[in-house]
Order: sequence, then structure tokens, then C-alpha cells
Amino acid sequence: MLDFVQQLVSGIALGCVYGLIALGFVLVYKATEVVNFAQGDLMMLGGFFAFTFIGMLGLNYWLGFAGAVAAMALFGMLAERVVVRPILGYPQFSIIMATIGLGYFLRSVVGMIWGTDDFKIETPFSEGVLRIGSLVLAYDKLSVIAATIILCALLYLFFNRTTLGTAMRASSENMLAAYYMGIPVKRVVSIVWAISAAVATAAGVLLAPITFIHSNVGLVLGLKAFPAAVLGGFGSIPGAVVGGVLIGVIESMAGFYLPQGWKDVAPYIVLLVVLLLKPEGLFGIHMRKKV
Amino acid sequence: MRFLFKTDYEDDIKLFPHSGYVISYGLLLACLLIAPFVLSSYLVSQLVFVCIYATVGVGLMILTGFTGQASLGHAAFLAIGAYTAAYLQQYNVPFPVYFLAGGLLTGVVGALVGFPALRLTGIYLVIATISFAFIVEEILARWETVTNGNEGMRVKTLSLFGQAVPRDGPTFYYLCLAVLVLTIVGTLNLLRSPTGRAFVAIRDSETAARSMGINVSLYKVKSFAISAGITGLAGVLFAHKLSFISPEMFTLQLSIEFIIVILIGGTFSLHGAVLGAIFLVMIDPFLTYLKDDLPGIIAGVAAAFGADSITAGKIHGNVAAIASANGLKGAIYGIIIVLFVLFEPLGLYGRWLKIKLFFQLFPLYKRATFKRQKIYVKSERNR
Repeated sequence: MLDFVQQLVSGIALGCVYGLIALGFVLVYKATEVVNFAQGDLMMLGGFFAFTFIGMLGLNYWLGFAGAVAAMALFGMLAERVVVRPILGYPQFSIIMATIGLGYFLRSVVGMIWGTDDFKIETPFSEGVLRIGSLVLAYDKLSVIAATIILCALLYLFFNRTTLGTAMRASSENMLAAYYMGIPVKRVVSIVWAISAAVATAAGVLLAPITFIHSNVGLVLGLKAFPAAVLGGFGSIPGAVVGGVLIGVIESMAGFYLPQGWKDVAPYIVLLVVLLLKPEGLFGIHMRKKV
Repeated sequence: MRFLFKTDYEDDIKLFPHSGYVISYGLLLACLLIAPFVLSSYLVSQLVFVCIYATVGVGLMILTGFTGQASLGHAAFLAIGAYTAAYLQQYNVPFPVYFLAGGLLTGVVGALVGFPALRLTGIYLVIATISFAFIVEEILARWETVTNGNEGMRVKTLSLFGQAVPRDGPTFYYLCLAVLVLTIVGTLNLLRSPTGRAFVAIRDSETAARSMGINVSLYKVKSFAISAGITGLAGVLFAHKLSFISPEMFTLQLSIEFIIVILIGGTFSLHGAVLGAIFLVMIDPFLTYLKDDLPGIIAGVAAAFGADSITAGKIHGNVAAIASANGLKGAIYGIIIVLFVLFEPLGLYGRWLKIKLFFQLFPLYKRATFKRQKIYVKSERNR
């Protein structure tokens, strides 16, 4: 039983990271119908920015965190402007390829600048554990869970209570109609990319004490975030986080109870099963087919 | 400019519309046949890889280019072909048998993947094929009694009719070339048959195809099976060329390379598969060449513009450091993909068509001929 709870918590912590990456996918997908295969790499780049600010320049953790998030928000806008905007409206496959290309580029440039070693960021909660009875929970895992909850609450308020959030929801429903209603769609899309990159950075920095950061971490985790997004229903923001947590828990349980090898495959098996049985996911809206 | 006057359907579906085709392709074939006697053994070896990649490219083109079903899992089909060859070879099965068995088994697996894929479109299909490839990779690593796990399998030298065919020799090159040419001719024949027409109809509009009485599900599964089968055949050759296979060779990276082949070549014509394969395989030696010679060239240019020897030496060192940096290849790949998607979506073959048309229509060529159409409504989600 104790093992079970232990695995559950570490699964939820890992799942929160998947959920945050999936959240980035979903934000961009909802707003522009673009699936960003470079989302994991944005997370990785954010982690490296934070490492530069905190580990190399010696800034305060929170200051470095904020700096990395701000820098990555700008980078997200830049990536949207340079790579995505010119091909918006073309077949989805070319956009997917463009983001895959962007991911390739980021991975090797990061490898060239920072090297291919593992890096660690010193955080206020990388040491220490919380003991409840004989249950031992590490602070770094709890911090991921807490941060995810806070981020989700903030995003929820942003989307439902602010004008900009409403504008974003409108342009994700129908870009053309939103444009006719006076919403500056291009700027909205640009801000969506900034938010998505910022969320990815938060995931990267939170992840750093758990798995370390290296130039390939984005590829591995980014691909695990797909099952999360699909399970939640591509295009549903709460679904992304719930899906992420479920995938994290499934992976963690498979690693503990099933023979070796299942841990890496389990998320993808779940993904295929979901796609076969309920392609719209847990929270997705079933769209009627139009001709 | 030549005008082809077509009077019936038979004229329209000719493999060689006019004599120019016979002459130019005949010349090309002749060049390829004498290549092993002229080129260095390294270049011939690269040509073998071009043939293998182009064969996979043709397979992927049938699925992605002509049926409109994206796949990022073709490395798994290649792996199944390669492992079938390596496994059957242990039991002294002759080459022609396991070559066909590799293609057949992969085709069956492709059809099995095709069934679940029927319900999926666009991004979901891409994600599902990626997952399939991951699962196959993991199975190859874990099913140790058959695949020897992560230690990989050694592939013996190919023997054809009692004759050993070394993987570096010209005979192996001819074998790969023959497979490629037969695949291309077979695919061209397929594309002018009702099946091929149905594929293209499904790509252009699934709804329209269905209302014309095409059994969309059946043809999608067929397309998956044929595409996978061709990739499996290429996998057998791939296994022989590398002489050693292990699960970590068939990763997502390889699937992306295959997509790059057809994307850079041009996703609307078989020419694209071959051009893309040439591009992808030849970029490696080209980068090595740049790495060795570029610093000297740039320093020489700097010196010619009046830089003194110390500055020139510094430039030489800096350029050499950048050129030999780890992972430069990945960055160049990334830039190439993005640039092609942004500026040349029709690929190398599209560029060739544009240049050809420019000269054919000389003063009358206009850019808008090849313009893409933008769609801003929510097409994929509401479809």
C-alpha cells in the first residue's frame, strides 16, 4: 500500500510535467490549429535559460525562473513570427514538418552552445522530504504538483475573466469571424505562442531537479505529452492536465508492477486504445462531420 | 513547346507520353549502369543508400503523397523487413524467398495498422503511427528469442543462386537499382490503374471519393499495405547493406528522415522520392567536405580581401570550430526542413518543373501558376 502511494505521487508529479507540456500543445492547437512538435524542445530551451540565469550567472532562483519565462515568451513570439505565421492556412502536414524542423534546430543548437552533458539547477526544494507517518515524499515532486495547480488556476482565470482571454477563445473558435469582430487575430496568436512557451518553460524549470536537463530531454518528454493531450481530448485545456496526470500515473505504475519494458510503451498503448475506442478523448467535444 | 494531342484514354495513361521520355530515361539508366566502373567505391556505396532510401520514399509517397495519409512510423516497417531477413537467413532460407517474405509480412502488418488508422485523420494519424513505431521498437528490443534484443543481429553476406554478393560490390548495387526501378515502374502502373486513381481521389476529397462509389476504407488499407510492403522490401536490402541491425537504428529519427525525403523531393510525384533520397544521402559527404575545406576557403577569401595573416588564421580557427561543433548536422537538417516548407513547398521536383516551365513559356511565365491556396476556416477540426 505504501509503495502504491509512493508510486502514485511520483507518477502524478511526472504526469504534471506531461500535462504542462500538453497544455502548451493544446493552447496553440486551439488557437491556430497548429500542432507544435517542438513544444518539448521549447521546454528544454527554457530549462537551459533558467540554468544559465541561476547556475551560471548566480541569480536568485525566483528571479532566474521569471527571467527564463520572460525570455522564452519572447522566443515563442519570435518562433511564431518566423516559422509558423507564413504557413498558417496551408495543409497541416507542412506545418507539422516545420515545427519538427524547428525542434531539430533547437536541439542541436542547444547541444552546440551548452554541450550535451546533464545539467542540474539548484532549487530551494531540491533537498528535503515531507514525512507523513512512514510515507516519504520529496519536496521537488510536491513542488511540481503545487505549481501545476497554481498555473492551471491562473490560466483558467485568464481565459474566463479577462478580455484578452475571451479574445483568444473567440479566435480559436473561428479565426475569420473573430477578425470581423475586431479582434487583432495575428497579435492574439502571437500572445498564445508566448503563453505556450512560458508554460513550457515553467515545466522545464520544475522538471530540472527531478530528471536533470540535457539537450534531448524535450524530445523524450514532448512525445510522451502527445498521449496526454490525446487522452484528454486534443483541444481541451483541463483535459490536457488530467490526461497528463493519468499518463504519468500509468507509466509509473507500469514501471513498478509490470515487467521491464512496459514502462516506456504503456503511454503509447493507452494512446492507441483511446484513439480506437474514443478518439475525441475524455474531455473532447464530438464534432459533427460537415461536407 | 511540345503539344501532346490525346485522342483517347489510352493516350492519357501512357507510361512514356513521347519519345523524349524514352531517350532521357534511357540515358539516365545507362549512366546508372556504368556508374560502378566510373565512380569511387565510396560513392557507389552512397548510391546504394540512395536506391534504398528512394525505394522507401516511393512506398511512403504512395501513402502520403497519393493517398494523403501521413505516417511517421515507416522506420518500423523498415525494421520488420530487416528483421525478417535476418531471422530467416539463420535457417538458410534462400534470398529470393526471404526477400519476398519480408515484403509480404510487412505488408500484412501495414494492413493491420491500416485498419485502426481508418478512423483517424491528420494529426491523430501522425501520432498513432509514431506510437506504433515506438511499440515495434520496444518489441524488437524485448523479444530476445527472435531478435536477440538490444545486442542486435548480424546479417550474413547475401548469396544469390549460390553466388556470394558482397555488400560493397557492384552486383549488390545493381540488385538495389533493379529493386528501385521495378518498384517505380510497378508504382507507375498502379497509379494509372483504378486503384491508383482511387488513392488520388481519396487524397483530394474523401467525401467526393465516397460519393463516387469508392470504398474508402478498403483503399486506405490497401494503400497502407502496399506502402508498408515496399518499405519492407527496402528493409531487407537495408539489413544486407549495414550487415548488422539493432533496435536503436529504427527510431523516430529515421521515420523523420523518410518524411524529409519526400518533403524535400516534392510530395506529388515519384520523381520527388528519388530526388529527395539523393539529397538526403548526399548531404552527409557534402557536410564532411564543408567541414574539411570550408575554413581554408573562407580564410583564403579573407586574405584576398586584404586581411593580414594573423586575422586570416583567426578566421580559419573560428570557422573550423563552428564547422566541427557537435550536432551541426541536426541544425542544418532543421534549417533545411523549415526553409523548404516555407519557400519551396513543392520540393526539388517542383523547382525543376518551375524552371522548365519558365523556359518553355519564356517571356510569359508567371509565379501564380504554382501558388498554394490558403484556407483560414477550421478545416481539419470540423471535417
